[in-house]
Amino acid sequence: MIGAIPLPYPFDAAFMQRALAACVVVGVFAPVIGTFLVQRRLSLVGDGIGHVAFAGVGAGLLAGVWPVWTALAFAVAGAVGVEYLRMRKKASGDLALALFFYAGIALGVVFASRAGNGSIDFETLPYLFGDPFRVSDAGVGAVILLGTGITAGVWALRRVLFAIVTDEDWARVAGLPVDAMNAALAALTAAAIVAAMKIVGILLVAALMALPVATAQLLARSFRDTMRLGVAIGAGSAVIGLALSRPLNLSPGGAIVMVAAALFAVVAVAKRTVPLLQGAH
Amino acid sequence: MTAATEPGPAPGVPLLEARGVSFSFGRGSVLDEVSLAVHPGEFVALVGPNGAGKSTLLKILLGSLPASLGSVRLFGAAPEDVHDRWRLGYVPQRPILSSELPATVEEIVSAGRLRQRGWWRTLRPEDHDAVHHALASVGLGDLAHTPLNELSGGQQQRAFIARAFASGPDLLVLDEPIAGVDGESQRKFRDSLVHLIQEHGSGVLLVSHELAAVARDLDRVVVLKRHVLFDGTPDELAASGVSLGVHRDDLPLWLEGLR
Ligand SMILES: Nc1ncnc2c1ncn2[C@@H]1O[C@H](COP(=O)(O)OP(=O)(O)O)[C@@H](O)[C@H]1O
Ligand SMILES: [Mg+2]
Repeated sequence: MIGAIPLPYPFDAAFMQRALAACVVVGVFAPVIGTFLVQRRLSLVGDGIGHVAFAGVGAGLLAGVWPVWTALAFAVAGAVGVEYLRMRKKASGDLALALFFYAGIALGVVFASRAGNGSIDFETLPYLFGDPFRVSDAGVGAVILLGTGITAGVWALRRVLFAIVTDEDWARVAGLPVDAMNAALAALTAAAIVAAMKIVGILLVAALMALPVATAQLLARSFRDTMRLGVAIGAGSAVIGLALSRPLNLSPGGAIVMVAAALFAVVAVAKRTVPLLQGAH
Repeated sequence: MTAATEPGPAPGVPLLEARGVSFSFGRGSVLDEVSLAVHPGEFVALVGPNGAGKSTLLKILLGSLPASLGSVRLFGAAPEDVHDRWRLGYVPQRPILSSELPATVEEIVSAGRLRQRGWWRTLRPEDHDAVHHALASVGLGDLAHTPLNELSGGQQQRAFIARAFASGPDLLVLDEPIAGVDGESQRKFRDSLVHLIQEHGSGVLLVSHELAAVARDLDRVVVLKRHVLFDGTPDELAASGVSLGVHRDDLPLWLEGLR
């Protein structure tokens, strides 16, 4: 089905249409979950979980298991571990987190090089940098399925997550299931990173969680609009970045994040200079 | 669970009770043998100098901190066993909200309905009614769709009070909610508390340095400084020398002489 749709250049080729579907889905679910991470000032935790997921990729390559499964297991364990450290306030000074995250990427490199007989081979690179041009129909299907699940999960929990990320102490007194929801958010973040890793790359997923939301925050006047606008900006960045990447021979993941970063810069500058936008706070 | 099937505040049984509560954060005790009760329909103020242990006592009463000694009852049960937590309204001392957060006043206040409705359900028309009623009662009806970070400090504080009002609490606990709030906000704040007590029969425990706005409505004042130094009516307190409204800053020195 994908690939048979008559679209103009650069989306006329089947591989571009598969890439488009996968990137737009990532562009949608990354900001959905990012909306909550940004409120908790945890945007960088997404990055850290990606490092841990990379250890899982290496472990999968070494063990001859599909790396998505091992990455998912490592990422969920890492995310819940980070949440535990945060909850116990044991991660003071960021050092414990840093240790966690760098050990993750080092372990990934060690595993992957062991699997590649001493060097990091081409099999590893798509996980780090993403390779949407070579995603299969089944791969697109998997991303759509996972993305739908993640988006539906966050959507179902959005009210209680909102209450918790905006005022955790109050939420606890009010009897909301704070610890369970924090763990659920951590697990969903991990799932989102793994779902997106072969599309935009482990190194850049977190950027797609944070940047569209940061831009949306500059323009929106409600939480609901922040999430909607973040999704629109994420999906839009995916389409524009992908469209630029083919004629200009760019890595799609890099191009998409550059577009998202440029949008943030333009909006931030415009907000300071254009009087009309200054009311939008 | 709906409001109709829930038992209302039962007279006689205190909404909130501490008996001989002691607590320390390590060395040096913060609370020593503190006893306190709030009954339905009662308006109680808790005062004391900075560091007296007021916020700590509230955390223990609400079950966020365990008492080292003594017992605590919330709605007649141990705090951790209280399941209908929406009966409790809480206004924290300093809600920590990021200033970039683009959330409307209505979105913040709607969170107050989550526990009552069941946090996984969507809000129904009666929930929206309760939210708008709560907003109107603190005088923020016109600002429902304004981002919280565009409001003044006093208006923001009223939004958090409305969040606590939104569930129609049987017990309202407020930790210095009007510190640094302008006079008009203080009057609206006073009116909404009195409304909750008179219309709903709720009990209120208010920690505040600024009692001028509510001095005439209070049933009891509790003065805390590690121990309970005084527990009685404002008249009794006034009889010991000074009227309440005068002191806006810290616990006046003369109160220390009460011991
Ligand atoms: N988390 C904490 N760890 C250690 N000491 C604390 C903590 N919170 C409060 N304290 C100490 O406990 C005492 C009482 O504090 P608090 O209950 O906040 O007083 P109040 O609310 O009356 O100003 C103070 O001496 C304070 O320094
Ligand atoms: Mg305090």
